Amino acid sequence: MAEKTQIAKSVANKFSKETYLYWYELMQLIRQFELTAEEKYKMEGKIRGFFHAYVGQEAIAAGCITATRPEDLFITGYRDHGLAIAKGVSVNSCMAELYGKATGNAKGKGGSMHFFGKDVNFYGGHGIVGAQIGVGAGLAFAEQYRSSDNVVLCFFGDGAARQGILHETFNLAMLWKLPVVFICENNNYAMGTSVERTSVVIDIYKLADGYEMPADTVDGMSAEAVHESVTRAVKRAREKGGPTLLEMKTYRYKGHSISDPAKYRSKEELEEYKEKDPIHQILLTILSSGFATDPEIKTINERVAGIVAESVKFAEESPWPDDSEVLKDIYMDKDYPFIVD
Amino acid sequence: MARSIQFREALREAMSEEMRRDESVFLMGEEVAQYNGAYKVSQGMLAEFGPRRIIDTPITELGFAGVGVGAAQNGLRPIVEFMTWNFAALALDQILNTASKMLAMSGGQISCPIVFRGPNGSAGQLGAQHSTAFESLYANIPGIKVVSPSNGYDAKGLLKQSIRYEEDPVIFMESEVMYGDKSEVPEEEYYIPLGKADIKKQGRDVTIVSFNKMMKVALGAAEELEKDGISSEVIDLRTIRPLDWMTVLESVKKTNRLVIVEEQWPFASVSSELSYRIQKEGFDYLDAPIRRITAADAPLHYAPNLVTAALPDVPGTVNLVKEVMYLEK
Repeated sequence: MAEKTQIAKSVANKFSKETYLYWYELMQLIRQFELTAEEKYKMEGKIRGFFHAYVGQEAIAAGCITATRPEDLFITGYRDHGLAIAKGVSVNSCMAELYGKATGNAKGKGGSMHFFGKDVNFYGGHGIVGAQIGVGAGLAFAEQYRSSDNVVLCFFGDGAARQGILHETFNLAMLWKLPVVFICENNNYAMGTSVERTSVVIDIYKLADGYEMPADTVDGMSAEAVHESVTRAVKRAREKGGPTLLEMKTYRYKGHSISDPAKYRSKEELEEYKEKDPIHQILLTILSSGFATDPEIKTINERVAGIVAESVKFAEESPWPDDSEVLKDIYMDKDYPFIVD
Repeated sequence: MARSIQFREALREAMSEEMRRDESVFLMGEEVAQYNGAYKVSQGMLAEFGPRRIIDTPITELGFAGVGVGAAQNGLRPIVEFMTWNFAALALDQILNTASKMLAMSGGQISCPIVFRGPNGSAGQLGAQHSTAFESLYANIPGIKVVSPSNGYDAKGLLKQSIRYEEDPVIFMESEVMYGDKSEVPEEEYYIPLGKADIKKQGRDVTIVSFNKMMKVALGAAEELEKDGISSEVIDLRTIRPLDWMTVLESVKKTNRLVIVEEQWPFASVSSELSYRIQKEGFDYLDAPIRRITAADAPLHYAPNLVTAALPDVPGTVNLVKEVMYLEK
């Protein structure tokens, strides 16, 4: 049954210095990657297509990584840059994918919405709202079938909560006790439509009640809260207790996509959330706990800037995919007789 | 040693043999386990393989198709049964947008070895929503393969091939009205590669191409035509995507005439694609326009005479052949 869990903000003593510094660096890396990529898109036209930034939602990626093992699988929707980087898809290959280069993590065939890293158990980057919920349950089905104790973290937005696949999958996942954690990154807007305008059920975690699935609502701006809730849900899944729905209350600072000026929400609303900025909160804890000094933070920031700058250089210097790639990776067959005229 | 067994038994043997061979193969769908299959294709499989591998689902096509796709992407080899392909329309997003595209979108990282199977097309007076033939619709999609056998022997070999060797999603189309058909199936194990048409009857005057249960119409017409001294070569496509047009072309080089019989709706159908290919590759060999007989360009109605009137039949096919031979106006 769904239960609202309040998690105290001040949990610094529960996590180590290393964890905080890891969170800070990862979240900064995601944010600087997004800001730089957006600049390359808007100012230089180096990146095209739909582009959905993760800025503001970094604490979710950070908390999920520390609450899971590398063998656990992640799958998400099209706002996928942050989770891909967190899971370990190389930053160079992420920037190159945005540029559409052959060295991208999907060889320049996916773009912003379709990052993949099977070697690090990142199953993408899906563009049909909610479709990855069913696929994520299927990934978990395979883990259960093989009797592994790996868990799938299946991410989606508040918009996907209104799709039929969510309900069909919740039902099956509970029926079969699949080892999956459903994570709704509720940034309050399905493109331009606020949660309140999409349903009378505005607490998305309550949707789990219809399937008797355990659920929590979580402060998605707090890496600590995310880590703690995901740790509990992952433990349940590993111990064959079945799925959990976690509704992470978060906020995207940017529009839905790069072409969205987000006129449907107020400046005050945005500023209110920016005060809760997940990176800033972590930084305050680090400094007040003496985990790092200002110069040490500066060193981290410079390292992050270097990684991002290197990824831009890598992407710009990488070749385009060869034209012959049009008919490659369509079938596993190497000699499939394509119709060419 | 060949035995005469039903089409449904041939399918069951194909699945059971592959499941005995490979632990990663499982069957999932509505009524496949405890009910022993809506059409008894999976009869006895729950008893042999148990509920871990023969899995009943709720009526939730999109949901279990998604689970199947995810399981295939994560190392298993699922067989997903749809009670009819008409219901699979609810799962089309998972087939079209995920199963068929993920290998490409991931730059070759994520493959999806899955077989979606079930009965397809009309089966008497079932009304419009249970009567559509979907081969041409799925054959339009790059990234998947479409198989549509006409007899138990082919069905077994093609299904075993699809489960064991195909690393891409396979759409496997059967027919309610063929499940009871008997055919000679050897005891020995065999596989039939996808993408190979089969010449069912040699002939010299006209080539008749068909697939699935419409093969009965094609062969019936050939028999009738034989009485009039017309020798038809009859080809069973067996696989729709990839399409073995070269076997058809070789036949047309000999007969110089082509008639296609199919249950698809006519717009952008299998016959449309085959006609384009043969006129392009075999223009100089044709002595008459390529003709076809398809399902009516309409949903299938209920009344028995309307069903008959809307579907290809032997007399219509005979007349069409005579037209391309300029024997009848």
